[in-house]
Amino acid sequence: MNAWIEKQRHLIDFTLASLARRRTKNLGLLLVYTLLVFVLASVALYTHALRQEAAQVLKHSPEIVLQRMVAGRHDLIPPGYLEKIGQKGPLRGVQKIEGRLWGYYYDPVVKANYTFMAPAAEAVQPGTLVAGPAVARSRGLAVGNTISFRAYSGKLFSFTVAGTLPHASELVSADLVLMSEQDFRAFFEFPAGHHTDIALSVANPLEVRNVAAKLAAALPDSRPILREEVLRTYASVFDWREGLMLALLSAAIFAFAILAWEKASGLSAEEKREIGILKAIGWETGDVIKMKLWEGGLVSLTAFLAGFVAAYVQVFRFGAPLFEPVLKGWAVLYPRFELVPAIDGLQVATLFFFTVFPYMAAVLVPIWRAAITDPDSAMRS
Amino acid sequence: MIELKAIRKAFNQGQPNEFWALNGIDLSIEAKKVTVLRGPSGSGKTTLLTIVGCLARPTSGRVRLAEDDISGLPERFLTGIRRSTFGFVFQQFNLVKGLSALENVMLPAFPTGRPHRELRHHAESLLDRLKLAHRREARVEWLSGGEQQRVAIARALVNDPKILIADEPTANLDTALSREFMGILESLNAEGRTVILTSHDPLVVESAAVHRVVSMRDGQLVEN
Repeated sequence: MNAWIEKQRHLIDFTLASLARRRTKNLGLLLVYTLLVFVLASVALYTHALRQEAAQVLKHSPEIVLQRMVAGRHDLIPPGYLEKIGQKGPLRGVQKIEGRLWGYYYDPVVKANYTFMAPAAEAVQPGTLVAGPAVARSRGLAVGNTISFRAYSGKLFSFTVAGTLPHASELVSADLVLMSEQDFRAFFEFPAGHHTDIALSVANPLEVRNVAAKLAAALPDSRPILREEVLRTYASVFDWREGLMLALLSAAIFAFAILAWEKASGLSAEEKREIGILKAIGWETGDVIKMKLWEGGLVSLTAFLAGFVAAYVQVFRFGAPLFEPVLKGWAVLYPRFELVPAIDGLQVATLFFFTVFPYMAAVLVPIWRAAITDPDSAMRS
Repeated sequence: MIELKAIRKAFNQGQPNEFWALNGIDLSIEAKKVTVLRGPSGSGKTTLLTIVGCLARPTSGRVRLAEDDISGLPERFLTGIRRSTFGFVFQQFNLVKGLSALENVMLPAFPTGRPHRELRHHAESLLDRLKLAHRREARVEWLSGGEQQRVAIARALVNDPKILIADEPTANLDTALSREFMGILESLNAEGRTVILTSHDPLVVESAAVHRVVSMRDGQLVEN
């Protein structure tokens, strides 16, 4: 066992010395390879984090949201509509039904849209509000500050900041402003008894579609929106963007891959001569291959780690400035938010498999060919 | 110690450019002696040396090393024998450029898994013995021809082989360095090592250190 460890140590020593001897070639290779991993890992990390965010947004949202439609457009829920659901007979499986109050507000000061919302559980006192992280950031708000918004009616409303929302998922809360129902109705001149939509909680996931079907039948002017459908839409949007991004980058990725393959698989006459010498002085074919495997492993692992860490920093520390315009898109996510770091083990393993293994193969095939040549070639050089 | 029986070696066998480098060699090489294979270029002496040193296998015939028939052994076993029994000094020295003299000397012992400290110490003592201790950290391409050859000798000795094989060892050396080389060879032989050389250099062939000269021409032995 000790001899085996010593042998590997010798092989690694020799490998490191070999890498240092061909510094220019190996540094170039490392750079190209790191760049390749960086691009792929950036796209993978970014889209995964977006998907996670979307899932996070919807985790606590109701299973079904019921909207009322007028002339094919989303309209307010009039008084008595909530009660109608119950009148058509009890809906089995529905735990809770509640009307929600929310709306959009464009803040001309920072040129951003906010979502104003009145939480059902009376958590916010009249005259105060709770601001989302992006709102607090853009308007420089702290607890105790006063902020004024001019309503669409032209009236000015002032609120005291009672708190800010946590950063746990900015996609959920970045642009959110929570206020009391009384303030919400006054600000938007929202008619009494009306709601924006209706949220229904269904405990059993298998029942969700049945409940939605019954609602659609009972209230023909309504549109039930299922949480799983929203999640699927988000996922497909992000998948589509990831695919688009990769398609745009495919030419560059292929160019990098070919360059890396070419660099890794090309054996110089000097390297071939060295393999002949090593064999002549008593190295087995297997020893030569092992040494080259160590070399390939060291290069590819270093490139993988460097590329992945650089991608992580780019995505989660600097907000992926290189890929953000394509991957995020102005229409899907607005205003600005910061991603919560999320790494998918399977995704990392897949990336590892598709970058490190082809490289090892690229290194191994020509080495194997060179390593099985007769050792007497050294005698004749 | 080494018995060669009806050795034939063909290159490109079955091809239009088929060439028989050795054509029926019967030879017995004594242990602990210095034997020189002499002959003009193309006489087959280097090919014979590669077969004796387990670097190549004969096309036909038998090679016996200390009573064991090694001509039919697979590559892996031949490598093992080559590593433990033979040390090689090549005509062009064949040192690995970019590595230091010490690293070059240690190279043949890497696959043995010998502890690093012990191996390093052994390699240093070999360089010291060959008066190269002060050059051990120098890259081999910075060394003179004579120094490079001494590194090659130290490398050949690192696994403590019983047999030393040298192909045209004085071809790239001047007279003084050639004499020095023969002196080293004599001392190695005095330790009980078998030495087999190829050469057509009179300084080698006529040296007092040489016990036997075997002449070759056209792939066959020539009676002296």
